[in-house]
Amino acid sequence: MTQPPVAEKPDRPPSSEEAPVASERTSAWRLVLANKVTLGGLVVLVVVVLAAIFGRWLAPYGINDVDVTNALAPPSAAHWFGTDELGRDVFSRVLVSARVSILVGLVSVSFALVAGVVVGLLAGFFGGKLDAIVMRCADVLFAFPVLLLALAIVAVLGPGLPTAMLAIGIVYTPIFARVVRASTLGVREEPFVKASVSIGASSGLILRRHILPNITGPIIVQTSLSLAFAILSEAALSFLGLGVQPPDPSWGRMLFDARGFLGTAWWMSVFPGLAIFLTVLAFNLVGDGLRDVLDPRHRTAIEARRVK
Amino acid sequence: MNRKLLSFVLRRLGHTAIVLVGVIIVVFTLVHLVPGDPVRVALGTRYTPEAYAALREASGLDRPLIVQFFSYIGNALTGDLGVSFRSGNPVTLVLLERLPATLSLAAAGIIIALLISFPLGLYAALHEGKALDGVIRAVSQFGVSVPDFWMGLMLITFFSVTLGWLPPSGYVPLTEDPLGWASHVLMPAFTVGVVAGSIMTRYIRSAVLDVVGSSYIRTAKSKGIKHRTVVMRHIVRNALVPVVTIGGIQMATMLGGLIVVEVVFAWPGLGRLVYDAVLSRDYAVIQGAVLLIAGMFLLINLLVDLLYAVVDPRIRVS
Repeated sequence: MTQPPVAEKPDRPPSSEEAPVASERTSAWRLVLANKVTLGGLVVLVVVVLAAIFGRWLAPYGINDVDVTNALAPPSAAHWFGTDELGRDVFSRVLVSARVSILVGLVSVSFALVAGVVVGLLAGFFGGKLDAIVMRCADVLFAFPVLLLALAIVAVLGPGLPTAMLAIGIVYTPIFARVVRASTLGVREEPFVKASVSIGASSGLILRRHILPNITGPIIVQTSLSLAFAILSEAALSFLGLGVQPPDPSWGRMLFDARGFLGTAWWMSVFPGLAIFLTVLAFNLVGDGLRDVLDPRHRTAIEARRVK
Repeated sequence: MNRKLLSFVLRRLGHTAIVLVGVIIVVFTLVHLVPGDPVRVALGTRYTPEAYAALREASGLDRPLIVQFFSYIGNALTGDLGVSFRSGNPVTLVLLERLPATLSLAAAGIIIALLISFPLGLYAALHEGKALDGVIRAVSQFGVSVPDFWMGLMLITFFSVTLGWLPPSGYVPLTEDPLGWASHVLMPAFTVGVVAGSIMTRYIRSAVLDVVGSSYIRTAKSKGIKHRTVVMRHIVRNALVPVVTIGGIQMATMLGGLIVVEVVFAWPGLGRLVYDAVLSRDYAVIQGAVLLIAGMFLLINLLVDLLYAVVDPRIRVS
């Protein structure tokens, strides 16, 4: 390692302008990448994202190329993951479906992120009645199990991709709001925030320049973990026939279609499921790795171990 | 001290009541968010002017909104959840009919989750940093990430289709044929149990680690108490409180996860009911089931908190 040993300085709140840089401490990215498990997760994610972007062109067959004479063929050199009941190539469909999963994950988590951060920041910073109302609303939303609430929203607005994204976004908003509020409460009491208040800085400026940059850690971690669960939720909704609608393929929908062929064509259920599992696992591993590094208490422990 | 406990209980009850009213408002609003006329949408191809008028009246949707709102809250609190848009049966009866199947599956699931997570979490914490600890943490990460419906399909493929050991789906009431129930519940319960158990393993591991690091354990060890006794009498006992909490929370969370698993295994519980109601746009049943499941979730959380306060006096102060 070319990095200098970790400085033995006490933790200081990072300056509002920039994140802590490598000159003083080992950079966060280096720490993340040093963990082999996290690195493995990242590699899987890169593959999935590449599949999501280029899958359409990389797929050896069209996703809806029907070839009934070749239906339910087991995996072979021509069809790596076999074919389904209509003779469609399972590998091509799994590859192209990455797009929908990543898209739903990104859109719904972005929604939850923006809504949750705004609400959580305001509630945590201003406190009082606003805080009480916002947190009671979050409690109410928390009382509904995730998939149940998503199902209810789909029942009202009708099945389909946009509804699924909205439903998953709404469901995960209170989680972000809670995480952001809790972090904001902590930072609000810091001397540098009090100092800004005392010299008459506006609330908007304090929120943007001082609070937000100091709570990015928990937000990043929550984003990665939420992406994992959003992808799981989309797969569950599509499995129930309420997410992505045919003829568009999705991993959940493929599993739904595979239910009738468990005994005759195992490949129809194994590969789409494996794709969901690996993607979700990768997001979870990366999220855990980020948490270890971005949580200051964990971080010092990791750094201490590296110095040894 | 008892006064403090009482005030905690009252505050907690008040909080639950407020959230419950919020939940009822959300559930009431659901049917009014349906674009267009929910009665018309629910009837679909079965639409006739007579059926429309009858259903509108039966569901109370012909009355002014404000009247509907207060009568819905009043009725819900007295256990009247309206009538099914499909069958015309009282929703409360429909729900009660499905409740035993769901509760028996959830109970079996939580037992399996505890059987998995308690030994694994305890072992991992007592051997922190060793190879098996790493393996246990990795496996629990797998369990958190695996889609439950896929695992259900894989179990059916292996144990029913290939080996023929277990029935792939269906339900026998526990009270009629306990053995038949057990053979049917095993795979769905294992499916929900693995997911919940994986999350619980991680919590139990860190709960035990907290206890192991405390000074009273060091004292116990330095007194020369046998390792076994320290583990059983001091570590396990003190770690049980967080275990009960996370078990309760997982049980509540499980109620939502059951939807997909009940569909995979054709288990006639509440989850399956919600799914069928969504497909047939039976809004009254959806509302009732959502309300019941959210209500059970609140109740379990309330009980866990109260139990916690009784066991651990420190909680009451905050």
